[in-house]
Amino acid sequence: MTGRTAPDAAPGPRAGWVDEALREHEEHTRAAMSRPKTAAPEREQQVLDRIDRARRRRPKVREERITMSHGAGGKATRTLVEAIFLDAFRNPLLEPLEDSAQLHLNGSRVALTTDSYVVSPLFFPGGNIGDLAVNGTVNDLAVSGATPLYLSAGFILEEGFPVADLNRIVASMKDAAAVAGVQVVTGDTKVVQKGKADGCYINTAGLGVMEYDGPSLGVATARPGDAVIVSGTIGDHGVTIMLARGELDIEADVVSDTAAMNGMIADLLAATTGVRALRDATRGGVATILNEVATAADVSVVVDEDKIPVRMEVRGASELLGIDPMYVACEGRLVAVVDGAEADKALAALRAHPLGEQAAIIGHVTAEPPGIVLLKTAFGGTRIVDLLVGDPLPRIC
Amino acid sequence: MRFVDEFRDADKAHALAAKIAALCEPGRQYKLMEVCGGHTHTIYKHGLEDYLPESVTLVHGPGCPVCVIPMGRVDDAIHLASEPDVIMTSFGDMMRVPGSQGSFFDAKAAGTDIRMVYSPLDSLKIARQNPDKRVVFMAIGFETTTPSTAMTVLRAAAEGLENFSIFCNHVTIIPAIKAILDSPDLRLDGFIGPGHVSTVIGCRPYEFIASQYGKPVVVAGFEPLDILQSIYMLMLQLSEGRSIVENQYTRVVPWDGNLAALKAINEVMELRPYFEWRGLGFISHSAMRMRPEYAAFDAELLFQVPGVRVADPKACQCGEVLKGVLKPWECKVFGTACTPETPIGTCMVSPEGACAAYYNYGRMNRHRVVEVSIS
Repeated sequence: MTGRTAPDAAPGPRAGWVDEALREHEEHTRAAMSRPKTAAPEREQQVLDRIDRARRRRPKVREERITMSHGAGGKATRTLVEAIFLDAFRNPLLEPLEDSAQLHLNGSRVALTTDSYVVSPLFFPGGNIGDLAVNGTVNDLAVSGATPLYLSAGFILEEGFPVADLNRIVASMKDAAAVAGVQVVTGDTKVVQKGKADGCYINTAGLGVMEYDGPSLGVATARPGDAVIVSGTIGDHGVTIMLARGELDIEADVVSDTAAMNGMIADLLAATTGVRALRDATRGGVATILNEVATAADVSVVVDEDKIPVRMEVRGASELLGIDPMYVACEGRLVAVVDGAEADKALAALRAHPLGEQAAIIGHVTAEPPGIVLLKTAFGGTRIVDLLVGDPLPRIC
Repeated sequence: MRFVDEFRDADKAHALAAKIAALCEPGRQYKLMEVCGGHTHTIYKHGLEDYLPESVTLVHGPGCPVCVIPMGRVDDAIHLASEPDVIMTSFGDMMRVPGSQGSFFDAKAAGTDIRMVYSPLDSLKIARQNPDKRVVFMAIGFETTTPSTAMTVLRAAAEGLENFSIFCNHVTIIPAIKAILDSPDLRLDGFIGPGHVSTVIGCRPYEFIASQYGKPVVVAGFEPLDILQSIYMLMLQLSEGRSIVENQYTRVVPWDGNLAALKAINEVMELRPYFEWRGLGFISHSAMRMRPEYAAFDAELLFQVPGVRVADPKACQCGEVLKGVLKPWECKVFGTACTPETPIGTCMVSPEGACAAYYNYGRMNRHRVVEVSIS
């Protein structure tokens, strides 16, 4: 032991944001603290209301540097996007923060989106970075109701990257584009020195035309009585990637669900006009999307744990690692919010498509309590499902 | 899924809940402490409190490994990690624990080499692969994880690995429970004993709680039915006026513990005279350090460790939460200044911390939720 003798502590220096957070907190609570004490249940409600207000406050990036959490698709990502990018680029087309922007060009409606792919490992059971880069961007267009037409492809390659691997990746992109019915019509190539990138990164942008003329889609249109549907088993992609990294010494017979969903979505939209919102459950998983619904529409989403389709292998790996499949990424799974009266029709349309055979109604939308996703656990209890914080951290005991 | 669904059966839960309710004496309040953070996590994750009568309150205890690490130790670890040629390894739970200058994640973003490992043995692999680096494992946890650290040191010693050391922060559960029992601000009726700690130390060390303090103890497993059954066993003891140590988790916990694991700990480590616990202060003989025979693996001797004690932010009430005196939401900064994405206190960091569990899973008005779940 070195110098650890004095039990009386000096207030140490600390990261600036702590002081700032505490100061802000005091300003917001000074009024509340001066009120007379009330009974515990009311006090708990007051605290909950206070937290609710804190959560609706303007987001602010408190960290001095980017951490891995900023890319995990959860709260930190949302804070980064809203506080930095939206703040700088703010315009009515960007503001909805949907999967793609909807533009009016010379009288026709088109959708534009972009996405970058940095998956590691580059090759994994069920796919590789190439088909992922096509399918992901196609899906971002399809969930906004657009018919995907054209893609761009930008490659950032690391010096020393095997050309054979690049050939395999590009061949997969070609096949995926053919299946999705899109063409890669422009592109870019950059090479960086060894050690400045991890093999191969791909960016794709996608352009689609809005042919769907039903009621406009968006998570804010969800209302009490709506049903929530997922198009298949959740978490397959994320767990596949985690296991493919080989750090966990766990093996399971599970493959990525990467797929272009535009065909299935077209079938769904043709079958019913009751669709309110469609989302592609990627980073942050199904839980993140349900939270977006609850927040945007100011409703509650109530989900039955029993009804969520999860593959045994995915569930087993998640139990072992202490993660929740609800937060694990998919790359070919749709979350649909549908008018309750049209739910069976929508489910049938999804199930008729090969990608949606295991589609299931997992929950419904209610008015109360607004802004919250509630899970009825298989055990028979209830809990909330919050936005993901940071990467799923494995528990240690 | 086998070995999981059996322990989450809603019908059995309803039956147990009815038995628990039947044991409640009218007008009496029951406060039971689940010592282990793993239990806290299970309770919230499965919504177990929905099954309990209003007169039974679960109080969350100090058994969350990262929650009890004081800020000064995090600073020390980051200082170690910033030394030349050092790779620090740590469990994932530790990455977001705030020190006075930020967390491991912040230090990592600023350029120090801190890596997450799933087992301390992974650190040995990193040490072998990087012979020109010095690998320091940030060892934390109760008796559950101490044996794996001890085994890792024994393995490193057997291999003659010279670039590996341990920054030892292992703590022991019994002194913490005793500190809580001696704390004047809390009245508890019984303890849900920590299951995984007990696989190592067995059930005998808890006997003083029953005999000297007259409180029943039931060592419990980590599935929701395990916990519900343990609550039933505690309520049964209370209704019959008994106080003994019982083992609900017999499928895993041997009464005498794991002698091989205890031997490994004893070979490599010894008790420190005292150790600072976050929120609980200095507790004597409550933590482990490396024995002099294994000084070659003791990062505290190999490196200069500043060892500066850092006071918690004044508004942070982790200590009261860890002792079970305050419910998470009763802390002044809960959910406003202190949230899982920007935690001020450690209880908000780990998924096993009471505040994080409440914020992520239980942040709702129970009465309103009951209405919704009936609908």
